[in-house]
Amino acid sequence: MKWPAKKISTSHGATNTKLILRHRFLTRVTHWSWAICLFFLLLSGLQIFNAHPVLYIGDQSGFDFSNRILEIGANYKTGTGFIDLFGIRLDTTGFLGISKTNGFDSARAFPAWLTLPSGQDLAGGRRVHFFFAWFFVFTLLIWLVSGLVNGHIRKDLIPGGQDLRSLKADFLNHIKLKFYHTAQYVSIQKLTYGIILFVVFPIIILSGLAMSPGFNAIFPGITEIFGGRQTARTVHFLFMFILSGFFIIHMIMILAAGPINLVRSIVTGRYRIEASPKSTGGSSDE
Amino acid sequence: MNNINITRRRLLGTTLATGSAIALGGCNRLDPLIQSGHTARTILESASSLSFRVQRWLSSGTSLAREYQRSDIRQQQHANGTISPRDVDYLNLASNQFSDYSLKVNGLVGNELSLDLDTLRKLPARAQITRHDCVEGWSCIGEWTGVQLSTILEMAKPHPEARFAVFDCFDTMERGLSGSVKYYESIDMVDAMHSQTILAYGLNQKTLPVANGAPLRLRVERQLGYKHAKYVKSITLVATLKDIARGNGGYWEDRGYAWYAGI
Ligand code: HEM
Repeated sequence: MKWPAKKISTSHGATNTKLILRHRFLTRVTHWSWAICLFFLLLSGLQIFNAHPVLYIGDQSGFDFSNRILEIGANYKTGTGFIDLFGIRLDTTGFLGISKTNGFDSARAFPAWLTLPSGQDLAGGRRVHFFFAWFFVFTLLIWLVSGLVNGHIRKDLIPGGQDLRSLKADFLNHIKLKFYHTAQYVSIQKLTYGIILFVVFPIIILSGLAMSPGFNAIFPGITEIFGGRQTARTVHFLFMFILSGFFIIHMIMILAAGPINLVRSIVTGRYRIEASPKSTGGSSDE
Repeated sequence: MNNINITRRRLLGTTLATGSAIALGGCNRLDPLIQSGHTARTILESASSLSFRVQRWLSSGTSLAREYQRSDIRQQQHANGTISPRDVDYLNLASNQFSDYSLKVNGLVGNELSLDLDTLRKLPARAQITRHDCVEGWSCIGEWTGVQLSTILEMAKPHPEARFAVFDCFDTMERGLSGSVKYYESIDMVDAMHSQTILAYGLNQKTLPVANGAPLRLRVERQLGYKHAKYVKSITLVATLKDIARGNGGYWEDRGYAWYAGI
């Protein structure tokens, strides 16, 4: 089946706007699939991290030597929680290290409201994490194959020469929270989504696999590319952080650029743009 | 042109909305779904058999865990779980350097065995420098010396219907009214016959210390630490894991962890 890429379906009362089909069915379904996956993966991942809240560089964890770069912990004497990053220690009582669970102080790296299950439960966290990890991988495969077949990747995501030229202007517009509604992603969106889909997603999956001793025996190279199992764990954590940062900016941008129009577009596919011919040429939209 | 400017209030609102959306998930509302017995939990658990089948298919069961150099051993092997069993039978054996210890092999075998440490040490030995990966997230490299489990199983002549090797251990994990629970674990015959699966009696060129599972502990290099039963007392070959305790094949498995710990 050939899907008409950007079909104009209705024209609207307000003279120079019109509704277009912005997102294909599979773009919408896969988008919600990874929103769900990443929600569960993040919270169960923090649960797993809590079982040993220390990150190292290399193959092994230094108990008798030091290769740790991050630690979250509690000082029982003073009743304070801390994060120690490259030897710089910050007091994080109430949030990291020590936080309230059901009204009582408890010593745990990430607080109960950020983990799944909420109580300390490594087994449960692993069950959730690996289920949604598979779900995530299948979603990405479906997205990749359909995106290559229906042209979404080539037409909507790979930046062209025009995009590279307007990158700076688009970037400044986004910083100023100034948005234009046009049919296509603007350059800064292509770049951000492209990096998330082609760089961040694959790296977070591969660094996860690199931690699996079974997978490590099958493809030793994957673990070595990351510089050892413990570095892979650190990379996995770092990319979780990057994705969370993307998520927050993503939400701010959508709220700022007109959430009703945009959320409708990623749910139903319909998106309202300016019909004025002038707006289609130059720097564009959100 | 229709350009939209954000107000500070709206930005604050966004941030709060995002934060509370995350908090909503972490709150205990989703917890019941993850509790054992819930249908959702059963669905989540299906991912583990998928991981198992895919890894077995990719490795055809024979891939080797990476082996390291002596120079990679930078510290004592980190000890976890039981590190000093208090069981009387164990303490009696330990007081005598385990000279009265013998490993029992039984179940679906043609030839039941009882092997003391001297006999085990005289069998062909294998030494391997491997990385121990704990389910908690840490790793530690050490050199393990022992006898391949395949050597022992060949001596015991397994029946064709034997599918799993079950390890019963000396160390008590819980004491309750209905008696105490000692550690137990199981692996299937593919892992049992794998060349790196050994019963170790040596660590870093010395006798295996009590903290790391003396006198004998299992090494299943392609899986996480809880599979590597310490303080092994006997090995029983069985056709199914259903009849072992709560039926999931191990102490931690009966408490929610996956039987396949290759991930
Ligand atoms: C962690 C969760 C999320 C991730 C990783 C994510 C990622 C992405 C990616 C990669 C795209 C581009 C999709 C493509 O072109 O194939 C996208 C688009 C979009 N996302 Fe998300 N998203 C997440 C959550 C959300 C949520 C919760 C909302 C709703 C409030 C949302 C609303 C949108 C919208 C409206 C677009 C289209 C933007 C446009 O048409 O200009 N996303 N997202």
